[in-house]
Amino acid sequence: MEKSVYDTAILVSELSKSYGKIRALDRVSLTVDRGELYGLIGPDGAGKSTLYSILTTLLPPDSGHASICGKEISAGARQIRDIVGYMPQRFSLYPDLSVEENLNFFASIFNIGVKENYDLIAPIYSQLARFSKRRAGALSGGMKQKLALCCALIHRPEVLLLDEPTTGVDAVSRSEFWEILKSIRSGGMTILVSTSYMDEAQLCDRISLIHNGKIMETGTVGELVKRNRENLYNVKADNMFLLLERLREYPDILECYTFGATLHAEVTSGFNASKVAADLERDGLKDVEIFPAETDIEDIFIKLMRHGKRQCH
Amino acid sequence: MGKDNAIEIRGLTKKFGDFTAVDHISFDVAQGEIFGFLGANGAGKTTAMRMLCGISRPTSGTGTVAGFDINTQEERIKRNIGYMSQKFSLYEKLTVDENIRLFSTIYGMSRKEIKEKSVFIYKDLEMENMVNSLVRDLPLGWKQKLAFSAATIHSPEIVFLDEPTGGVDPLTRRSFWELIYRASSRGMTVFVTTHYLDEAEYCNRISIMVDGRIKALDTPQNLKKEFDCSTIDEVFRKVAQDAKRE
Repeated sequence: MEKSVYDTAILVSELSKSYGKIRALDRVSLTVDRGELYGLIGPDGAGKSTLYSILTTLLPPDSGHASICGKEISAGARQIRDIVGYMPQRFSLYPDLSVEENLNFFASIFNIGVKENYDLIAPIYSQLARFSKRRAGALSGGMKQKLALCCALIHRPEVLLLDEPTTGVDAVSRSEFWEILKSIRSGGMTILVSTSYMDEAQLCDRISLIHNGKIMETGTVGELVKRNRENLYNVKADNMFLLLERLREYPDILECYTFGATLHAEVTSGFNASKVAADLERDGLKDVEIFPAETDIEDIFIKLMRHGKRQCH
Repeated sequence: MGKDNAIEIRGLTKKFGDFTAVDHISFDVAQGEIFGFLGANGAGKTTAMRMLCGISRPTSGTGTVAGFDINTQEERIKRNIGYMSQKFSLYEKLTVDENIRLFSTIYGMSRKEIKEKSVFIYKDLEMENMVNSLVRDLPLGWKQKLAFSAATIHSPEIVFLDEPTGGVDPLTRRSFWELIYRASSRGMTVFVTTHYLDEAEYCNRISIMVDGRIKALDTPQNLKKEFDCSTIDEVFRKVAQDAKRE
């Protein structure tokens, strides 16, 4: 079936923005469908926050345009802000107001009471309820994050924009936060979430990889892996640092880098695993293991970054 | 106490009112070891690290860092350790050389030492043609390498790295770890915190803190065996899932 404009929640077309000499966004285009959980994956300084600032009308682009649910962002802040819930990267609530006061305040900005949309935030707010009288500034990091999410949701926006909600958060709390996102998405809301954690790509319907203001790749994780699959091996030995230095000397190994408990080696078709293993053991390395590796989003990101660098020189 | 340990602590505890942020932790870190200090948010990592760095006095417990007593020789500790975090490491509006001179002067190095050391660093990092660039104009990867060099300019026995790679791209993150490996192979002890659990695999040993206590401590390999997991990520989830604090 043909997609219509009504299926599109966020449309970004050729957006550019520079700060002096720095090109924060370089002709960025992407389309987020309604009801999609879309991930913007890239490190600090990639341009993610600039894109969020433009989408929330906080910053005008130098060129290009964007719309949310069919409304051009240039049409004005009021219209856009009614349909968008935004959780900026930095804690954005009033630290001297209590949990409850913050929530009431954000609801009042949108001329609604907290009760009207309470069902939407109930699963999250219930975890905060026992702290309702506490000053927001005195909450733990995880609780602040949940309150900020409640405040972004309280006017029942059509699109939720989350800028690095899991930065500096431990692995267990990150998983919990993603569970919350999934449940919000299943209620039909569109979510654009940015992250510098590559492993969170798996949790999104579709992703864009962004670096130095440019979108390098877009698609589902499966599509990206299919398009960028490499001839990749895991390599292990007793001394990983020495192993890394040795592997880089082999002409059949194009790239080699750490990957958790193993090294990933991108190899040519001439690569002979058992010969290299025997070679390394003769060199004094012990417990050498070489076996094929699956291409991961992080491998793809590294490859595309290297590719981009080569183009620059 | 053994001479070969860079850190030895016993029963280290910190209370704020009735809240016990760090609850009787004990461990040793050997010289030249890369020690990963992991934990859930609010587990007490930062408080523990502040005590190790001589910034905060323990409520109880004993120990040494770089051979100095954490209860009585805080100033000596500060002079003999390096510290780097992702949040604050270099002055963006100073040049590379100004930063290096500033840090080395703070550590009380002589002019001659500063001169020799900076020449060595610029050569080692292949930064000779960037010494007069403003730090804010450097690419992230260079900034990180420079920050690490500034934190270790006085050749400390041990360097504390507090989430040094948070938000950093996968390539830069990896070259930073190669820097850590190199420092450790030269004998420097590295005490590092991270939320990237693949990085935990690169440590010689790791500890996992939950609710103020150390719940697991061993080599990554042994921990995976002990908890019957294939990655440290899984180990961390098993150990940290029962955390009461947040």
